[in-house]
Amino acid sequence: MNERLKSGRNRGDRLFGFLLRLAAWLTIGLFVGMLIFITRLSWEAISTIGPRFWSETDWNPPMEIFGAAPFIAGTLASSAIAVLISAPVSIGTAVFLREIAPRKVAKVVAFLVELLAAIPSVVYGLWGVFVLAPIMRDDVQPFLAKWIGPDTYFASACAHLATAILYPFFLIGDLFGFTSVTFAALSEKMMTIFHGLFDGPPLGLGLLTSGVVLAIMITPTITALSREVLLTVPDSVREGALGLGATRWEMVRLALLRTARAGLIGAVILGLGRAIGETMAVTMVIGNRNVIPTSLFEPAQTMASVIANEYNEADGLHLSSLAFVGLSLFLISLIINFGARLLVRYLEGGKSV
Amino acid sequence: MFELSMRDRKRRMTNYFSLAVICVLAFMAIAPLFFIFSYLLIRGWSGLTIEFFTEIPKPVGEVGGGMANAISGSLVLMAIASMIGVPLGLICGMALSELKKTFTARVLRVSVDLLTSVPSIVIGLFAYALVVVPMKGYSAWAGGFALSIVMVPIVARSTEEILKLVPRAVHEAGLALGIPRWKVLVRLIVPGVRSGIVTGVLLASARVSGETAPLLFTAFSNSYGFRGFSSPTASLPVQIYTYATSHDETWRQLAWTGALVLVFVVFCLNLLTRFLVRRQ
Repeated sequence: MNERLKSGRNRGDRLFGFLLRLAAWLTIGLFVGMLIFITRLSWEAISTIGPRFWSETDWNPPMEIFGAAPFIAGTLASSAIAVLISAPVSIGTAVFLREIAPRKVAKVVAFLVELLAAIPSVVYGLWGVFVLAPIMRDDVQPFLAKWIGPDTYFASACAHLATAILYPFFLIGDLFGFTSVTFAALSEKMMTIFHGLFDGPPLGLGLLTSGVVLAIMITPTITALSREVLLTVPDSVREGALGLGATRWEMVRLALLRTARAGLIGAVILGLGRAIGETMAVTMVIGNRNVIPTSLFEPAQTMASVIANEYNEADGLHLSSLAFVGLSLFLISLIINFGARLLVRYLEGGKSV
Repeated sequence: MFELSMRDRKRRMTNYFSLAVICVLAFMAIAPLFFIFSYLLIRGWSGLTIEFFTEIPKPVGEVGGGMANAISGSLVLMAIASMIGVPLGLICGMALSELKKTFTARVLRVSVDLLTSVPSIVIGLFAYALVVVPMKGYSAWAGGFALSIVMVPIVARSTEEILKLVPRAVHEAGLALGIPRWKVLVRLIVPGVRSGIVTGVLLASARVSGETAPLLFTAFSNSYGFRGFSSPTASLPVQIYTYATSHDETWRQLAWTGALVLVFVVFCLNLLTRFLVRRQ
């Protein structure tokens, strides 16, 4: 068909084909131009600071010291919290919509989840600051600190477990001459990390709260994607499991979730991508502090939020460094989205059937 | 009735328990909606007066004032965004479905996919570099341009999807009558799926009307209302952000009312699209 379009004798067709291509390349140009222009905007920072930018832990505009490590840490931590909360809820909801809910209920619930996706980011932020943050400060954070916070058995248990899991890796690394961490040192490090995780005064605004807000925001995304994935599982697989005498839950676990595993992982990663790029809600609830956080209660800063906070007052190297943060964010989200797609393709292609 | 063995009884209990957990998870997913919505009504409703829509904001500390500047600004920005984003998105959608597997279409498909995943603040940076820097100042143009980049991939994707649904037979019937391809598309196929295309456009507008991040350093803000396309322009989302992070009680009240209005508009657009889809 497109051969005809290309060589069409009709002048209208040729003109139309040209128009389509023009628009197509304009849009492609938008994307490529985005990369070029943002690189140009951040060129001063790229050339003067270089890759050290990503590992430097200090961000001090008056002293002209620019390191993005605190923001990368904040972004990863808040997105990780969001995914940890949201993935089970979203996949559970998707299963609920496909397997449990009667048709009418499923329709209503799916509609409500869609509405949740339609709420603008800034409204989530507003709600997060004035409603969620006080609840976190007065109820949730003291509760967490009491039960799994510093000086609890839970924190120690987690630290021991992490040490036990990580130590073999360090031993292997040791063989190749990478590290020389003793068991005691590693154990102590894990103890500090896990006992510090819920340490500090409950402020309300901070990493944990922004993680919760993000979780609410990415739930519709992951739910919608997982639902589509679950719909691709053929009914014969489900019926086969039920026919063999599986209970409904066994069918969900063994037939549905296992068959759809690749797609579900892809859905969660795409949700992660969404969380990483989210700006306004996070900017409003994360507390804006340019330091690598050690506790989930501490205020922090993400890559997106530092741009939103400082860009308007920045100039010179500061502005260019912020653009560099933006460029890094751009690249990370591209990698994540590409990765999710490749992973799904790889896992699906690798299936034996 | 035969006796269930111990093992089967356990399986049965696990079954009920797990299904209950799944129901709880589904409830957890939609609970925030009611939580957020009820607070919007509680906090925002009292500020919903005529004044809110007609007055510009008063300085800090003074009671009263509205968000007329932000509402008019938002409308202007949406208009600019739609003027650029809707035609470009529509034609790209047609290109995706018409050019099928050509090199152009493949590159376009990847670009559209990746454009959807670009964080909106990064789009703001792009519009800053492309429009604000050469024009030497924040402007409605820059804000509208940034929003249009958000719109293009959404419109393109939904247009492609809807065109895919049209049976080949319609194409073939048109072509068999000797109608040129472009006329088949524009006069035969597009009118048939018009409501589907409108749905995509509405969804894109709904999405864009709440965007804040791309506007922060492109359209910026003002407190006096629309003053031309080349000057800073306020918008509802940016104004909500500014007022929510201020310490003035009147301003915070305005932020809540603004959020209520914004969510109302977005929900209406979404309901409208659902209505259109159902009618089709």
